[in-house]
Amino acid sequence: MSGHDSKYFSTTKKGEIPELKEELNSQYKDKRKDAVKKVIAAMTVGKDVSSLFTDVVNCMQTENLELKKLVYLYLINYAKSQPDLAILAVNTFVKDSQDPNPLIRALAVRTMGCIRVDKITEYLCDPLQRCLKDDDPYVRKTAAICVAKLYDINAELVEDRGFLESLKDLISDNNPMVVANAVAALAEIQENSTRPIFEITSHTLSKLLTALNECTEWGQVFILDALSRYKAADAREAENIVERVTPRLQHANCAVVLSAVKMILQQMELITSTDVVRNLCKKMAPPLVTLLSAEPEIQYVALRNINLIVQRRPTILAHEIKVFFCKYNDPIYVKMEKLEIMIKLASDRNIDQVLLEFKEYATEVDVDFVRKAVRAIGRCAIKLERAAERCISVLLELIKIKVNYVVQEAIIVIKDIFRRYPNTYESIIATLCESLDTLDEPEAKASMIWIIGEYAERIDNADELLESFLESFPEEPPQVQLQLLTATVKLFLKKPTEGPQQMIQVVLNNATVETDNPDLRDRAYIYWRLLSTDPEAAKDVVLAEKPVISDDSNQLDPSLLDELLANIATLSSVYHKPPDTFVTRVKPATQRTEDDEYPDGNETGYAESPANAADGGASPPTSSSSVPYGAARQPAPAPAAPAPVAPVPDLLGDLIGLDNNAIVPADQHATSSGPPLPILLPASTGQGLQISAQLARQDGQIFYSLQFENNSQITLDGFMIQFNKNSFGLAAAGSLQVPPLAPGASRRTLLPMVLFQNMSAGPPSSLLQVAVKNNQQPVWYFNDKILLHVFFTDDGRMERTSFLETWRSLPDSNEVLKEFPGIMVSSAEATLDRLAATNMFFIAKRKHANQDVFYFSAKIPRGIPFLIELTTVIGNPGVKCAIKTPNPEMAPLFFEAIETLLKA
Amino acid sequence: MPVAASAIYFLNLRGDVLINRLYRDDVGGNMVDAFRMHIMQTKELGTCPVRQIGGCSFFYMRISNVYIVIVVSSNANVACAFKFVVEAVALFKSYFGGAFDEDAIRNNFVLIYELLDEIMDFGYPQNLSPEILKLYITQEGVRSPFSSKPSDKPVPNATLQVTGAVGWRREGLVYKKNEVFLDIVESVNLLMSSKGSVLRCDVTGKILMKCFLSGMPDLKLGLNDKIGLEKESQLKSRPTKSGKTIELDDVTFHQCVNLTRFNSEKTVSFVPPDGEFELMKYRITEGVNLPFRVLPTIKELGRTRMEVNVKVKSVFGAKMFALGVVIKIPVPKQTAKTSFQVTSGRAKYNAAIDCLVWKIRKFPGQTEPTLSAEVELISTMAEKKSWTRPPIQMEFQVPMFTASGLRVRFLKVWEKSGYNTVEWVRYITKAGSYEVRC
Repeated sequence: MSGHDSKYFSTTKKGEIPELKEELNSQYKDKRKDAVKKVIAAMTVGKDVSSLFTDVVNCMQTENLELKKLVYLYLINYAKSQPDLAILAVNTFVKDSQDPNPLIRALAVRTMGCIRVDKITEYLCDPLQRCLKDDDPYVRKTAAICVAKLYDINAELVEDRGFLESLKDLISDNNPMVVANAVAALAEIQENSTRPIFEITSHTLSKLLTALNECTEWGQVFILDALSRYKAADAREAENIVERVTPRLQHANCAVVLSAVKMILQQMELITSTDVVRNLCKKMAPPLVTLLSAEPEIQYVALRNINLIVQRRPTILAHEIKVFFCKYNDPIYVKMEKLEIMIKLASDRNIDQVLLEFKEYATEVDVDFVRKAVRAIGRCAIKLERAAERCISVLLELIKIKVNYVVQEAIIVIKDIFRRYPNTYESIIATLCESLDTLDEPEAKASMIWIIGEYAERIDNADELLESFLESFPEEPPQVQLQLLTATVKLFLKKPTEGPQQMIQVVLNNATVETDNPDLRDRAYIYWRLLSTDPEAAKDVVLAEKPVISDDSNQLDPSLLDELLANIATLSSVYHKPPDTFVTRVKPATQRTEDDEYPDGNETGYAESPANAADGGASPPTSSSSVPYGAARQPAPAPAAPAPVAPVPDLLGDLIGLDNNAIVPADQHATSSGPPLPILLPASTGQGLQISAQLARQDGQIFYSLQFENNSQITLDGFMIQFNKNSFGLAAAGSLQVPPLAPGASRRTLLPMVLFQNMSAGPPSSLLQVAVKNNQQPVWYFNDKILLHVFFTDDGRMERTSFLETWRSLPDSNEVLKEFPGIMVSSAEATLDRLAATNMFFIAKRKHANQDVFYFSAKIPRGIPFLIELTTVIGNPGVKCAIKTPNPEMAPLFFEAIETLLKA
Repeated sequence: MPVAASAIYFLNLRGDVLINRLYRDDVGGNMVDAFRMHIMQTKELGTCPVRQIGGCSFFYMRISNVYIVIVVSSNANVACAFKFVVEAVALFKSYFGGAFDEDAIRNNFVLIYELLDEIMDFGYPQNLSPEILKLYITQEGVRSPFSSKPSDKPVPNATLQVTGAVGWRREGLVYKKNEVFLDIVESVNLLMSSKGSVLRCDVTGKILMKCFLSGMPDLKLGLNDKIGLEKESQLKSRPTKSGKTIELDDVTFHQCVNLTRFNSEKTVSFVPPDGEFELMKYRITEGVNLPFRVLPTIKELGRTRMEVNVKVKSVFGAKMFALGVVIKIPVPKQTAKTSFQVTSGRAKYNAAIDCLVWKIRKFPGQTEPTLSAEVELISTMAEKKSWTRPPIQMEFQVPMFTASGLRVRFLKVWEKSGYNTVEWVRYITKAGSYEVRC
C-alpha cells in the first residue's frame, strides 16, 4: 500500500506561499487537505511556512482525522513562534478532548502537551484532569505521559492541581499499559524534582512486578528501569525480586534484557548465598551472548555494557571468550570493543587461543584495529605472567612481517613488558634494534630510546644508536627529546667513556640553550647540576630501580563502576561516564540525595587528570591505550605524592615537568603575602581581631584566603571556621591551620575548600556566611560574597565549532543580557590576559560597526558552561555582556563576577 | 530514565532531512546540522554509532539509503532507542509493503508522521505492533464518528486493542481453513582455521510462524530440546522416548509467549498474532552438524604466481542437496590473469571484490567437488607489504536440514470453538558468516 506523497514536495513555482494560502482557504475539502500536506512537506524540507499559521489553523475543525493530525503536527512546530495565534486553536483542543472518539480525545491531550505556550498550558489542565480519569485506557495512558510533559513546562502547576496524586492512582490501574506509562512519567518527574514524589515501597514493587508480566515490551523497560532504583531490605527480598525478573532475560527485545540484567545485578549485591549468585551468573550469560547476534549498533551498546559487567562479575562470561572473537565483517566499532573484552577475559587457560586470534587481527587491513590488536598482546603479557613469553614471541613474529605501524606498536608494548618484567626478556633487544630506522612515530621512537638507555650496558653499540638520533635532536617532538636526554645521561653514567661524554655535552647544550621548551630545559639543568656536583648521587637518582607497572589502564574505579552499573543500557554505560558529566541540564539541589555514595568534593578532581603525569617524562610514555571515553573519575595524583625517599630520578624530572603552577614554593600556602584582602571583620567589631578574606583559585583548586590580625591585648588561639549553607555548597576541606596569635601578630593562611557539601535550596545567591571562633572570644559572624569566577575550571575552553553548536543548541530563553555603562576596556590584550588568567577562555573576536565583539567560554563545576559575548568600543566606557548557559539563573552571579574582573 | 529520544531524523545520504519529529524541547531544532557537520562530513561516519556533540548525544543507524538519527540531551536508554528504530523500520516496511528507502519515505511522509506520533510519545516508545496499528492508522485515515453511523464502531475497539493484555492480536478473526505454517530457519556461523580446526561455531535459529487461525487460540509448541523434554518427563513421570535431544544455549521469545510459564514449566505457550511473525530465536553451540567442510591450499609461487586448490565436502545425507552455493576465495588486488578447473558448477574471477567466485547451483550430499586455479599477479614495486589473506566465505541453503538437529515434536492448538487445524513445518539451514581462514 505504497503512497505517492512525493508529489507534495514538488511545488517550486514562484509565489508559493500566496498560492498555498489560497488553497488552504479553498471551499473544497480535498484541496484543503492537499494544501496542508504541501505545507507539511515544505516544513519538512526546512522552508518557513509560519506565515500560514491562521490559514492552517482554520483547517483544524475537520472531521477528517488524517487532516486533523497534520494540522496538529503543524501546530507543534510553529505554536511557539506564534503564541498569540496559537490561542485560536485552544477551543478546538478543548472540544476534541471531549469527543466521543477516544482516539481524538487522546490526540488532543497528546498534542496540547507538546505545545509549550504558557497560555495554552492553562487551558490544558481541565481536559487533562478529565482524561486521567477517562473510561478508555488509551486515553488514560496518553494522559499519564502528558502529566510529565506539563511538569516539564510548569512543575508548580502540576503540583498545585493535584496531577501527581492522579498519576500515582494510575499505578493501580487495571490496564498494564496505563501502569507502565504512569511509571515512566513518575520516574521522570522524580528525576527532575527535589522532593520525594515517587517512592517505591515494597507494596508498589510487588504490584509493578505483576504488571511486568502483562505489559508491552516497552512498558517492561519503563518498569524495570524505575524498579532498578529500589533497594531491597534484605537478601531474601532481593532473591524474590530476582526470581520474578529473571524470566525477562528470555525476551526478544534487547532493551528488556539489558534492563533486567541491570536490575538483577543491583539486587545481587545484597544476595549472600553463593549458590544463588552462581546460578544467576549462569543464567545471565546466554542472554548477554545472544545480544551479540543483534544489529551491530545494538551489539556495540551490549559490548560497552558487557565491558562493565565483566569488571564487576568476571565469572559470568569467563567461559564465553570465543563469542567475542571478531568476525571479518564486523564494523570497526564492534571489533574494537570485542578486543577490549577479550583482554579482560584472557586467562592462562585460554591465552593460546586468544593469542592466535590477536595475531590474525594484526594482519588485517584497518590500521587502528591492527594497532589495538598489537597492544592487546602486550597487555595480555603484562596481565598474565605465565603467558608473557608466548606473547613476546608472537610480537617478535609480527615485527618480522615488517609492516611499519605493526613494528612501531610492538616496540611500544615491548617497552611496557620490560617495565613489568625487568631483566627478563632483554635477549630480544637485538631484534628490536634492527627496526630502528623504520621508526617515525614519536611514541615508538621514545619507547625505543628508553629501552636503549635503560639497557645501555648490555647493548654494545648503544652509543652509536643514540648518536644516530642526536643529529636530529632539535627537530624531534618534545616526547622524544625528553627520552633522548634521559637515555644519554643513563648511557653516560653506565659507560663514562669519551664518546658518551661528548654526546652528553651536545644533548645538554641542545636541551638548555637551544630549546624553548621549559620541561626539557628544567630537566636538563637538573641533570647538569647533578652530574657536575655529585656524579654518584646522579647515579643513585637516574639509575635507581623503577617500580614495576601493572595493567590497570582500563579498569574503572569501583565507585564509578557502581554508578555505571546502575545505569546499564543508558548512555552513561556506553560512554563509561557518570550521567552528570554529560547531561548539561542540572537540577537545582536534588543530587544530594542520589549522590551520597560519592563525596561531591571529588567533583573538581574529575577533570581528566594528566594520567601520565607520573611517568610521562623521563620514564617511558605509557602505551596502555585507554577506552575512548576513558575513566575520568580518578583522583588527580598529588604532584608531590611520590616522596623521594629513595630518590627516583624520573619522578624528580617529572615534578619539574608538570605545568608551571606546580612550581609554587611549597611554603607559600602558609605565609605568602600577596595583594591585600578585603576586610570583612574590622577590628572595631571583632574586639581587636581583624579578619580579611577572599575566595581564590590556585592550581585548579579553590581556597579561602584568610588573614588574621590580632590587635587585642591577649594571645588568641584555637581558631575554627564554619560556613553556612550556600548556593554552591562551599565548605572547608580541612581544618583551619592558624597558630596561636600573640598580640600584634598577624597570620595569613589558605584554607582549601570543597564544593557541593552543604547546599542551600532556592535560587543561586552569592551570599557566603562565615563564622569564626577562637578560645578567647565569642563567635564572630561575617558575610562574604562568592565571586563566580573562582569556580571557573581550567577545562572550560571550547573549540570554536563546539561553541557555535552549543550556542545554537541552547534555546533563546537561556540568553541573558546586561550592560555595564561605567566600565571601560582600554586595552583588549590586557583584558584578555586577565580573563584568561581566571579561566575565561577567549574564542573569537569580530568587528561590528565600530564595536569589538569578543566571545569567551567558561565552565563551572558540574560541567555547566557559560558562553559569553562582550561588546564594547575599546577606549570608550560601556560594555554589553550577553551570556548563554543551560542555567540562566546563574546569570546575576556571573554578571557580578565579570564586573569585578573588568573593573580590576 | 527510559526515554529513548528527544528527536528523530530521517536523512538521505546527502544529509537532507526527509522527515523529522521533535518529541521534546531539550534539543534545538537545528541539531541535525551538527550531525551533518561532525559526523556525516567527516571520517567519523561509521566509527561509532553513539556520539556526543556539544550537549547532545546522537545515535544513528543506516538502513538502505537512509540515516535514522536519534538525538537526546539526557541520559537516555540507548538500547531502547536502537531497538525502537529497528522496530519502527519493520513497522514502516509492513505498511509500505517491503522496501524502506528514500523514495518510500517521501511517498509516505504523511503516513510516517502519523505513525511517529502514535508509536512514541514524549520520547517513550508506545505500541509498535503493525497488526494493531493497522486497525486505526490507515492510508485513508479513519473517519471520525462525528459523521459515521453509530453502529460503525471499529475505532473504540481499537483503543482497547492497543492497550489490551493481548496487544498483538485482534479479536473476532474468522478463517474458513485454519492453518499454521512453521518455518525453522537456521544460520550457521563458522570460523575455521586454515588447518581445519573449528575456532568458533554456532547456530542461530529462528522459528517463523504464519498463522491463519480463527478466534483467540492458545498454542503450545514442543521441541526436542533437552530441558523441555526432561521437564515433561518429570511432569508425566514416565521416561520420554529416546531420540536425539539438543541443548539450547539461549532462547528469546516474541512478546506473545508467556515467559513466566516458560520459566516454570519449560513449555512454549502463546496466543499468536495473526499472520506472519517471529516466534522465537535460539542459539546452539554444542553438537552442531556442519553441512560443509572447506579444505583450501593456497600456495604463493614466487611473486607473480599463485596456486589455489579448494575442496568442498558436503557432509549431509546423500539424498539431500544444497542450493545456491557460492564460495568466495580471496585473491590479491594485483591479480592479472586466472585460469580454473572445477569438477562442478562454474567459477570466475570478480575483480570488484578481489575474489574467485565459485557457484554451484545444486550441490548433492556426500560429494566433494574441487576447484583448482592458477592466478597470475602483476608484480608491483609498491606492494611491499605481504598480502593479508582475508577468509574464504561461503553462502548456501540446505532445505530440510537443521544444523542443530532441532525438530518440532508437536504444535497444539486450543480454541473454544474446537476447530481442527492443519500444521505445516519446513526446515532450512543457511550460511550465516561461514568463514574459513586460508
